[in-house]
Amino acid sequence: MSQPVLVEIRDLNFTYDKRPVLQGINMSFPKGKLVAIMGLSGCGKTTLLRHIGGALKPTKGYVKIDGQVLHELDQDGLYAMRRKMGMLFQFGALFTDMSVYDNVAFQMREHTDLPEDLIHNLVIMKLNAVGLRGTQNMMPSELSGGMARRVALARTMALDPMLIMYDEPFAGLDPISLTVIGDLIRSLNDALGATSIIVTHDIQESLKIVDYVYFMANGVIVAEGTPAELRACETDFVRQFVHGEMDGPVPFHYPGVDYRQDLNLRT
Amino acid sequence: MAIMSTIRAIGHGIVNAVWRIGVAARFFFLTLLYSGNSFRRFHLIIKELFSTGVMSLIIIVVAGLFVGMVLGLQGYETLKRYGSESALGVMVALGLVRELGPVMAALLFASRAGSAMTAEIGLMKATEQISAMEMMAVNPIARIVAPRFWAGVISMPLLAALFSAVGIFGGYLVGVVQIGVDEGSFWSQMQAAVDFREDIMNGVIKSLVFGTVVTLIALFEGFDAPPTAEGVSGATTRTVVTSSLAILMLDFVLTAIMFRGA
Repeated sequence: MSQPVLVEIRDLNFTYDKRPVLQGINMSFPKGKLVAIMGLSGCGKTTLLRHIGGALKPTKGYVKIDGQVLHELDQDGLYAMRRKMGMLFQFGALFTDMSVYDNVAFQMREHTDLPEDLIHNLVIMKLNAVGLRGTQNMMPSELSGGMARRVALARTMALDPMLIMYDEPFAGLDPISLTVIGDLIRSLNDALGATSIIVTHDIQESLKIVDYVYFMANGVIVAEGTPAELRACETDFVRQFVHGEMDGPVPFHYPGVDYRQDLNLRT
Repeated sequence: MAIMSTIRAIGHGIVNAVWRIGVAARFFFLTLLYSGNSFRRFHLIIKELFSTGVMSLIIIVVAGLFVGMVLGLQGYETLKRYGSESALGVMVALGLVRELGPVMAALLFASRAGSAMTAEIGLMKATEQISAMEMMAVNPIARIVAPRFWAGVISMPLLAALFSAVGIFGGYLVGVVQIGVDEGSFWSQMQAAVDFREDIMNGVIKSLVFGTVVTLIALFEGFDAPPTAEGVSGATTRTVVTSSLAILMLDFVLTAIMFRGA
């Protein structure tokens, strides 16, 4: 990973309600690369993504994007930075009172003075790129989960962002939609020359498309490397995660009182 | 210990309430601050005028008609005792433009449009639409809240005026057409007794205040709702209850200011 770095995270700590959520996170996201942040639910990866999007301020450390420390920006500066970003939310987060067309056109209308006929052509091109040109007049409620995710992807790409973030893009998808979304993420990233960050716990699909992976557990990075390195990794946690083993460093049982005691059995 | 925990609970409740009022005041200030965009892109307000105002027309017209008809019946029965049936038009009109028009229209508006606004914004929050908008560098208060706020403020006096007009027509149907009160007296006494500034304008001011308060409560509750099904449901209930109480309390205050000794 020797390319110029677009996103740099140094010694990032975040505490919520006296509970440390992120501790000493150091990450680099090189330009043009697709990097995954993986870990179990609740390990802090979505919180980390919210820091990269500027929605949360770190307790300590910083997130630097394109040379600018995010938490030092005022609202105008942050909004200017966000215009260069795109984010795909877990279930698409399409605006339910707008058609597919209006959803994709939303940012173009909000942030540019482009004439409507040019916006029309751009929207059609974006929808064509995700294979859903024919849905332009449909409402989000008429789309399947996979289609909604693809429309949201088209909306994310609307202004050709330099940084694209994906929050659990594979959650709840059927196998075909899962492959389609995975391929689209890779191909659109390469076509736009963007940098992508995927937060996910879908190990198999992610390892097929990403360039580099960070593994997180309990708010810290426990492993990192290329997909090939992680497949060969012998660390207990990574092996349990990659192979989906039921028991290991992440126990099957949630901590509780002694089983016999819970059943009121006499020893 | 029980006393201490009760006092602590009361104190906690009061601190929370004051905190919430402060947050709501800040929300109101931000709504006004970011309203410029709504007026520059007036089609955003027009779209919301349709869903808050136009979609409330049926309930306002039907309720107004029946309230007017009841006023006509009750008024006739009361006035007949004093031989003043001809003043029925005055009684119906004053009752509606001063009180029932603004108050009833605001209560109906809170139940129909206010609850819908809260539920819509609460669900937008729960489904991450508001977060998505923020990530697109679009201020949700400017884009979602401000157009709805102004649509509520604009539509409320119009709905109240319509309520009063239809109510007067209901009173006319019962009093003149059904019971047989003299039509000339009904309209002429009304025209002579109802003052534009004292009665109609005060009614309009009341409905403007109610529109502002109800819309603000509805939008704030939606924006502040916990992003869960239970949270949105609780926020919707709070909108209707808080708005209704606010309308009735403010009505007393405004009536005391406007009509005392008049």
